[in-house]
Amino acid sequence: MDKGVAAGVVAVELATGEIHVFHAKSVVLATGGHGRMWEITSNAYAYTGDGVAITLRKGIPAEDMEFFQFHPTGIYRLGILITEAVRGEGGILFNGKGERFMERYAPTIKDLASRDVISRAVYLEIKEGRGINGSNYIHLDIRPETVNKYAELDGRTHPDGTPYRVTAEEVLAKIPDIADFCRTYLGVDPVKDPMPIQPTAHYGMGGIPTNKLGQVVIDNQETVLPGLYAAGECACVSVHGANRLGTNSLVDLVVFGKHAGIQAAEYASGAYMPSLPADAEEYTRKQISDLMNGSGKEKAAQIGRELRKVMADDVGVFRTEEALGHAVEKVKELRERFTQVRVNDTGKVFNTELLNTWELGNLLDLALVTSVSALERKESRGAHAREDFPRRNDTEWLKHTLAYMDEFGRVRLEYKPVKITQFSPQDRVY
Amino acid sequence: MEIRLKVFRYQPEKDQRPRYDVFTLEVDPTDRVLDLLEYVHGDVDGSLAFRRSCAHGVCGSDAMRINGRNMLACKVLVRDIHSSEITVEPLLGMKVIKDLIVDMDPFFDHYKSVLPYLINDAPLPEDGKERLQSPDARERFDDTTKCILCAACTTSCPSFWANDRYLGPAAIVNAHRFVFDSRDTGAARRLEVLNEQFGVWRCRTAFNCTEACPRDIKITQAIAEVKRAIITGKLV
Repeated sequence: MDKGVAAGVVAVELATGEIHVFHAKSVVLATGGHGRMWEITSNAYAYTGDGVAITLRKGIPAEDMEFFQFHPTGIYRLGILITEAVRGEGGILFNGKGERFMERYAPTIKDLASRDVISRAVYLEIKEGRGINGSNYIHLDIRPETVNKYAELDGRTHPDGTPYRVTAEEVLAKIPDIADFCRTYLGVDPVKDPMPIQPTAHYGMGGIPTNKLGQVVIDNQETVLPGLYAAGECACVSVHGANRLGTNSLVDLVVFGKHAGIQAAEYASGAYMPSLPADAEEYTRKQISDLMNGSGKEKAAQIGRELRKVMADDVGVFRTEEALGHAVEKVKELRERFTQVRVNDTGKVFNTELLNTWELGNLLDLALVTSVSALERKESRGAHAREDFPRRNDTEWLKHTLAYMDEFGRVRLEYKPVKITQFSPQDRVY
Repeated sequence: MEIRLKVFRYQPEKDQRPRYDVFTLEVDPTDRVLDLLEYVHGDVDGSLAFRRSCAHGVCGSDAMRINGRNMLACKVLVRDIHSSEITVEPLLGMKVIKDLIVDMDPFFDHYKSVLPYLINDAPLPEDGKERLQSPDARERFDDTTKCILCAACTTSCPSFWANDRYLGPAAIVNAHRFVFDSRDTGAARRLEVLNEQFGVWRCRTAFNCTEACPRDIKITQAIAEVKRAIITGKLV
């Protein structure tokens, strides 16, 4: 950045370790989410929030980071996503007592309730000792006999009015990848045995604040940062608000990705090339050198494990004042310890230790703003569920969080109003 | 259980020639081989380099040789190896850059040469929306849509080992995916590429590709269908 205008990107080439400067009029960030900060996650290793962390350190806020979606049906221990298509095809959730517990939480829509509702139900069942064998998972059952039994009980029919019934072959044809995951990782054939599942960190509704054109906006006045765009999970255009419905991430990609691209191209065709800072690489070089020359008293892998655990325990499906306060302190401690980490691989070619350590630093910064934002939001809204503030509170909290972080790691929160267009927030009743 | 994990190592900035490192690890039988590599990378030797991302067989980054067979490290559990010694080596037939990372550029060059994208310059349907396709027509190439470009097939192929200019099974699978797509009009251009010296005729039906595919694509059959299309000129 130069004088408040985007001027390009500094990149490290993984294959050679060389630093490259891409001097540009417009930059589109499309760096993905940050679900790797939780212990159980559906996210790939690369989901470390790099773009959001980079802009955060440049003084750009992270918006609505407390809103992170937990998908109810991740494979036990691994977090691999079991699509809700399984429940769409008639799969039923059972607790350790063999109860179809969603009847209690969502009497009309039951197992097809939205993700946050089911995640909370699963969490509560497990917390109250009704996991399978008292453990921390429950069962998702797509066996034909189960599907057919409950389809009959529910009076489910095909569009033509005939009763809804399935065979094992039909189930397997509808969910081939899920069947493959179950067999590979659990040794479970899903048409013969139920699948052990637990909620899994899945999607960040928050991220780099943008307007509907994909332009990055840096304050509660929606001031545009010229030349900088963001789209996809790293961006927060807030099309999802505090929650996301399945498949709607494609809106972030296809719709707002397209707009960001068009805007970036149009801007570049008109704007003057901004000047680069005197030594554009300096910041990146220092970041790398700090990681390579740390004292080595701390191990990155250990810090990563502690981060994922505290985020799962304290900033997960349900949150409380006490747990969030603990998380904030713990993440601060981990960030401090992170300064003592040392990358041992001194090579330049595919130094994945350097890459992964840098990524951990990004996750630590985002975990801090996530915890602080969640601690401050004293209400329950969408995916942010506070046990101590179980109701949505539009009077005080119908507003977006903007979290800023200074060079000392101090987080400052501001808020910006929510734009209500056609639909006002309402209670969800199932 | 205790496992001896033997890993191919080559650090280009230090090593004159490759070596093997052995790590003795206490592991859970349900751990993935990738989990073992992650543990070594995080806690024992950070310089160990390998590619990985999704860790559940979707992204195709971590194909490697595990006890001599091409597999995805994230899709094989320790218990399924039936051995307390696990040897992990880079894919064969590609230049090793560092440890388990090979140069994938030639692989992707072959892939690109078959024009692996929808070609149809005809005007959109009158409503300006989608080019519709029947379920049967979609089913025709369903199997080859499953490819994740992990290169397990191509690097298990003896014809490819013999001459790496052979486009290889993965490229042909991805050609198949479009050649038999009723919405696509680029088949003739693709079949021309595949009829050349380093195209489909290098396939000697060894079936190694089909065995290696972590997505269970019937690769040898797909290659045979492309061969038949070239000979008959019919796309059925």
